[in-house]
Amino acid sequence: MDTAVRELSYAQAIQEAMALAMEADDRVFLMGEDIGVYGGAFQVTGDLVERFGTDRVMDTPISELGGAGVAVGAAVTGMRPIFEFQFSDFATLGMEQIVNQAAKMRFMLGGEVSVPVVMRFPAGSGTGAAAQHSQSLEAWLGHVPGLKVIQPATPHDAKGMLLAAVADPDPVMIFEHKLLYKMKGPVPEGHYTVPIGKAEIRREGRDLTIVATSIMVHKALEAAEALAGEGMDIEVIDLRSIRPIDRDTVIGSVKKTSKLLCVYEAVKTLGIGAEVSAMIAESEAFDYLDAPIVRLGGAETPIPYNPDLEKATVPQVPDIVAAARDLVKGVR
Amino acid sequence: MATARKAISPEQTNLPFAYRQYSPDQLRDVLRKMYLIRRFEEGAEDSYMRGLIHGTMHLSIGQEASAMGICMPLHEDDQITSTHRGHGHCIAKGADVKRMFAEFFGKTTGYCKGRGGSMHIADVAKGNLGANGIVAGGIPIAVGAALSSKRMKTGKVVISFFGDGANNEGAFHEALNMASIWKLPVIFVCENNGYGMSTSTARSTAVKNIADRAAAYSMPGVIVDGNNFSEVAEASQAAVERARAGEGPTLIESKTYRYRGHSKSDRNRYRTKEEIEDWITNRDPILLFETELKEFGIIDEKGIEAVRESVKQEIADGIEFAKQSPAPELSDLGRYVYTEVA
Repeated sequence: MDTAVRELSYAQAIQEAMALAMEADDRVFLMGEDIGVYGGAFQVTGDLVERFGTDRVMDTPISELGGAGVAVGAAVTGMRPIFEFQFSDFATLGMEQIVNQAAKMRFMLGGEVSVPVVMRFPAGSGTGAAAQHSQSLEAWLGHVPGLKVIQPATPHDAKGMLLAAVADPDPVMIFEHKLLYKMKGPVPEGHYTVPIGKAEIRREGRDLTIVATSIMVHKALEAAEALAGEGMDIEVIDLRSIRPIDRDTVIGSVKKTSKLLCVYEAVKTLGIGAEVSAMIAESEAFDYLDAPIVRLGGAETPIPYNPDLEKATVPQVPDIVAAARDLVKGVR
Repeated sequence: MATARKAISPEQTNLPFAYRQYSPDQLRDVLRKMYLIRRFEEGAEDSYMRGLIHGTMHLSIGQEASAMGICMPLHEDDQITSTHRGHGHCIAKGADVKRMFAEFFGKTTGYCKGRGGSMHIADVAKGNLGANGIVAGGIPIAVGAALSSKRMKTGKVVISFFGDGANNEGAFHEALNMASIWKLPVIFVCENNGYGMSTSTARSTAVKNIADRAAAYSMPGVIVDGNNFSEVAEASQAAVERARAGEGPTLIESKTYRYRGHSKSDRNRYRTKEEIEDWITNRDPILLFETELKEFGIIDEKGIEAVRESVKQEIADGIEFAKQSPAPELSDLGRYVYTEVA
């Protein structure tokens, strides 16, 4: 077994996972806009077309609805497509096929088919791309039974969860924060999987639980580190998967710390923070709470173009530090 | 060794396609299946009226020749995607009416174990990937199935059935374009019955013939009389041959008519009684086919009566099977959402 670990970027880790999946299984192929010679809008597919050819690294026309549908049809009939939406915002154009077809086909047909399609969504703000290229729409898809929805936060998980997604018999939607693509981290060589539906405790602590998703995991860890200097011991959970959601890890942590802060980039209202909060309120962990649950999420506005406004739209490290400090000190 | 074509006598060359292509037994079976579709629809409608079927349904009475003509040249492992008006397609592709009725009755013996109903009727074993409740929803899926066929070299041809309403959806445009640029073995079959719910094609569609849109995708566009079995089968055969030869897709517009309303809520206020009567009296696909079969000496009135009787029995047996079948357990509500891990 090859256990060598190198530093790879998040984008390189995804690319390596896709290459491994294609090497191992002829049925696996990639579809998307400009993923061939261009290498993908974020260079995630890079030079894969040179290795695997245009039949397996297929450029599609700018047809998100049709493209998603072709991926669904190919999956139902024996292939293992990995479909890249150029920006997660364009999921809105493919929503029919994702929500009405991919998610429901197995159910509607009484289990007679499965839909092993993987869809990748470059998501999130911070690139100056304004309101139609910066959204975080994962909760939309997380609301749909039949889909699995994941948000890997590290290069290690990006590779392992993609390989788990390709092996999964059901449709898996992967939201990748664009600002993570260049982040480097340790990534083992060879094939390994990170299970879908299992959260990871990134930092252990006793005073407060922060449940974060995607890029917010790193911001939460930075905030926790800063607060450690003030003597506060903060636990940070990387949720990793929003459907299915890892109840046990979150509930267990809140029972230990008695305080919960949810941090996510998507618009705060009706989002993953609401789900995690309700999960705790409905569980035995409710009796352990020493303070109201606090959510930090995106502002109730589209993502603006101006860089200062853009930053102010989503939680930043000082926001997390302030909210966490208040919670631990009992100010809230 | 090349196979010699069957010698055709001079009088045979003037016969319509179906009578040159298919044996008398095959043709009698086509008639039987057209009756089976019609009586199935009538049986479903009757069961609905009696409260045995809930929800709604979209009946294809009047469109039987279209379903049969398109499916006749297909192999058993060829695939189709179907529409909300999909009962006929399902039967034409080889489904058992017992399991179809069972599905409509919401029973576990149904094709979808009672989870899909009329609008999602499917028969995956026979290549029917399912009817679809979303207009044009099945078109890109058919293109994906054709992509699988090409990549995995299975030789399968895929038929995408859809109605005139679907040709104004974006999915139609995106899917036909991709099928054409990738030369996929898929055939787009637009069953134009004149109305998308209540809105006529004249009011909804800028071109006179939907087949004219094929030019925009560099594929052949063929118009057929959808109530003439032989004409539909001939167009389908040519398109299937083209698809199997790797030459790419075809768009067939099958002009037909539905006798019943769009669904069970339809008050039929957008068309006249005279129009409906005219189609029923003068252009009924079963009547036309029967007349031809008699003319060519393939069946007589007694034979037709025997077909009707055997179909009647099969429908009665199917409804009885559905009635007697078990309903799903409420505790199984969460099944089939995800693949169960063994």
